[in-house]
Amino acid sequence: MELTVIKEKVEPQKIVEVGTEKAVVYRTNQLNLWYGEHHALKEINLDIYENEVMAIIGPSGCGKSTYIKTLNRMIELVPNVRTSGEITYRGRNIFDPSYRVEELRTQVGMVFQKPNPFPKSIYDNVAYGPRIHGIRDKKILDEIVEKSLRGAAIWDEVKDRLHDHAYGLSGGQQQRLCIARCLAIEPDVILMDEPTSALDPISTLKIEELVQELKKRYSIIIVTHNMQQAARISDKTAFFLNGEVIECSDTDQLFSNPADKRTEDYITGRFG
Amino acid sequence: MIVREKFQYDLHTLRQKLLKIGHLTETALREALEALQTKNVDQALAMIERDSDIDVLEEEINDFAILLIAKQQPVAIDLRRIIVAIKIATDIERIADFAVNIAKASIRIGDQPFLINVEKLVRMHHIALEMVSLGLKSYYEEDVALARQLAEMDDEVDHLYGQMMKELLQMTQTSKEALSQMTQLSLVARYIERIADHATNLAEHVFYLVKGRHYTLND
Repeated sequence: MELTVIKEKVEPQKIVEVGTEKAVVYRTNQLNLWYGEHHALKEINLDIYENEVMAIIGPSGCGKSTYIKTLNRMIELVPNVRTSGEITYRGRNIFDPSYRVEELRTQVGMVFQKPNPFPKSIYDNVAYGPRIHGIRDKKILDEIVEKSLRGAAIWDEVKDRLHDHAYGLSGGQQQRLCIARCLAIEPDVILMDEPTSALDPISTLKIEELVQELKKRYSIIIVTHNMQQAARISDKTAFFLNGEVIECSDTDQLFSNPADKRTEDYITGRFG
Repeated sequence: MIVREKFQYDLHTLRQKLLKIGHLTETALREALEALQTKNVDQALAMIERDSDIDVLEEEINDFAILLIAKQQPVAIDLRRIIVAIKIATDIERIADFAVNIAKASIRIGDQPFLINVEKLVRMHHIALEMVSLGLKSYYEEDVALARQLAEMDDEVDHLYGQMMKELLQMTQTSKEALSQMTQLSLVARYIERIADHATNLAEHVFYLVKGRHYTLND
């Protein structure tokens, strides 16, 4: 009788050409963060790669928003915050006293949960950043505004009313305007903190489509409460729980066969 | 706190439906062999009649599973539970069809006495039936250790099938009259061998369900 063979099917090996590995944009190394006595982030180690979308998921209070706000040092606005460990952006420690926060934020744009356009015209919202950086030439500003609005997939909707007030736009349009404003300073990384949680389903899908487009040129880190969204749009997913990274892996892997029981319980809705 | 209780209940219902289709199919298999052994045409006809219940139930399982996917958007183990339920229902339905084919063959043989010792065939059938039961049990209990046993049993069925075919072939050479019955019996042997293969598929599905990766039993 033949021997019984029970074996796992061998996955075809992925061929990685030398030199095509993606560059690390952000490297977080044993990051700890305290709000006063509260230990909000514990020994976080995470790498974020170029031209990838990293989704951060986890229940409320798990530290995901704290983490993303640490990446552009916005967290420093909160009193009594203390950190240990290191975050490097393109190899440079962002906590280094010589690193000017303005310099970091020119490279790292941010989009928030609630669309927050300035109380100005559509045009002035987008031109705001470049003007601060000293660009005065009308022709150059026009180009930047058009390019940014196109990049945020909203140009066709607003091109005939660029000088209308931004508050006249719908919530979904305002959010894309905020993305355009973020693109106008030509960032390297875009941080998104629940960018669609205040939007209707169609606007949400538009932003999701946009993220797929944007990742060709930028690296994106997105905090989301919507697990299906994370599954749809991200390349990698990190699951945070009680201030720790429980699991970070390829999104396909994490949503089909997570390694950790706690991840499985969370994504299948057994707690949270 | 456990959330999604309704969804967990629905997954339980899905398992119950598979329990039912599995039970009906085991009964059909038992009856098909009995009808063949006892030359009971009426029993064979009644068994064939009841196959439509299994077909209906398979469709019901598929529809229910599709609705669950659409409405609950399951991931990870929950998604595998549903996908595996669909796959198992397909294999089970196929096994039931082979049982029908055995019954049809027994009708064609009619009341003609067997010209060959069918003991090996009966033994094959017993093992195949045991495989189906074990496959279903390993699914209900999500037990890969049980599933593992099926691979060895399938080897045994294959081995008996080879011997049986040899004997049947020899018989056709000795007697021209026997040709029709030998053809029917070799078809039955083939059906049983296929049933064992589909039962092995059940085991592979259980491996996928539990481990989240694809395994080959008896490559």
